[in-house]
Amino acid sequence: MNLTLKVWRQSGPDAEGRMETYQVKDISGDMSFLEMMDVLNAQLIEKGEEPVVFDHDCREGICGMCSMYINGRPHGPKQHTTTCQLHMRSFKDGDTIHIEPWRASAFPVIKDLMVDRSSFDRVIQAGGYISVNTSGNTLDANAIPVPKDDADAAFDAATCIGCGACVAACKNASAMLFVSAKVSQLSLLPQGKVEAAERVKNMVAQMDKEGFGNCTVTGACEAECPKGISLENIARMNREYLKAQLTPGK
Amino acid sequence: MSSSALLKSSLAKKYWMAFTGLFLCLFLVGHLAGNLQLFIPGEEGQLQFNAYAKFMTTNPLVQALSYIVYLSIIFHAVDGALLTVKNRKARPVNYQYSNPSANSPWTSRNMGILGTVILVFIVVHMSNFWYEMHFGQIPTDADGNKDLHTVVVAAFTDASIGLVYVIGYVLAMAAISFHLVHGFQSAFQSLGVRSKSLMKPIQIAGYLFAILIPLAFAVIPVYIHATH
Ligand code: SF4
Ligand code: FES
Repeated sequence: MNLTLKVWRQSGPDAEGRMETYQVKDISGDMSFLEMMDVLNAQLIEKGEEPVVFDHDCREGICGMCSMYINGRPHGPKQHTTTCQLHMRSFKDGDTIHIEPWRASAFPVIKDLMVDRSSFDRVIQAGGYISVNTSGNTLDANAIPVPKDDADAAFDAATCIGCGACVAACKNASAMLFVSAKVSQLSLLPQGKVEAAERVKNMVAQMDKEGFGNCTVTGACEAECPKGISLENIARMNREYLKAQLTPGK
Repeated sequence: MSSSALLKSSLAKKYWMAFTGLFLCLFLVGHLAGNLQLFIPGEEGQLQFNAYAKFMTTNPLVQALSYIVYLSIIFHAVDGALLTVKNRKARPVNYQYSNPSANSPWTSRNMGILGTVILVFIVVHMSNFWYEMHFGQIPTDADGNKDLHTVVVAAFTDASIGLVYVIGYVLAMAAISFHLVHGFQSAFQSLGVRSKSLMKPIQIAGYLFAILIPLAFAVIPVYIHATH
């Protein structure tokens, strides 16, 4: 199929950006979206132009790197699908496809479609861990009984790949779905309960500091999340934070 | 406990939005109970409505409650405006091409606009009736109470502007309805009240409340306009 691409080009963090129009020909429906981008880049390199910079790593839907806002939606039109897992058969011959980077003050553009998502790393550093001694005497996790429902909910939350589509989709650029998935994953399990109050307070404080917006429960994050992370996690975080603030601590 | 976090953090701001919002939902029910008395016909209805209005403006307990309502409205509006400003800042550069209706309902994305419409309505509404009742020169009825009933009927049946008031009122109730369709359910989510078994009941209650309460309010001026 032949396609018209409108791609965001920006030469550096402080440079002015603009949409550029390109044509690609003979794209197979079996190609992934990123392979289609590779075709475009090969074409640009041949012509002696700068290829389009975009993030990617695993190309199998697990690393969360392939951030692209495609036709007005993060990761494009398919539900529960990352850009690398999106196939060109989702498009028709003659289509025009708009491709932009994630837009959030906490995700500044580095170049073209690549953004800096280290704000997520700093939120994790603020509390997205459990403090255990790993120097050789670690307990077998299976030795601690965990109710099945809690284990399932924790596992569901743990499937978050930190891709940032939730932030990209949200009209407030809120990171609540991501942060609440991490808070839930840890605090639902006995090993994480011990630090639950401190964790939620610190992670929310860091989230605010990074300049993410507030949740207005539009549900866009849940609808666009490639891993189907539920809004239930946000409610759980709201509950945990309230509890943590109202419980007298040190 | 850090008291500043209970005011300033993003989550706390949402707790307050939810809390004041739900409180104002309760207020709507109370207000509606009063308005429904406008359906009582004849002089009996007039006297009863005016006696009720007097009770609502002089009873100390009701007065204390009404100050909490004023504060809640102001707090809800200011907190909402602050949140909106912060949310705009979180995305300084917008997308060139966006398709938000693919992933979220219109009401959920336009609470600020709906809220502003409602706020404008509240100002007009209070200057029409609340201000008149408290500070205006209005005649008294057979029992010697301020005749708010006649002021209300006159407003909605006025030959030149009555119909405009009725239409404006109905549109404002529609705005409240859309605001509540999203707001009612969301308040519970913001306060963390959610579980698999609670989801459905909260949703159903939310839709019923958001449709029935504004509808009952809206029917009254239409009825007055049609029957006087
Ligand atoms: S919650 Fe979903 S959309 Fe957000 S970072 Fe995790 S996987 Fe991506
Ligand atoms: S490249 Fe790893 S998830 Fe898409």
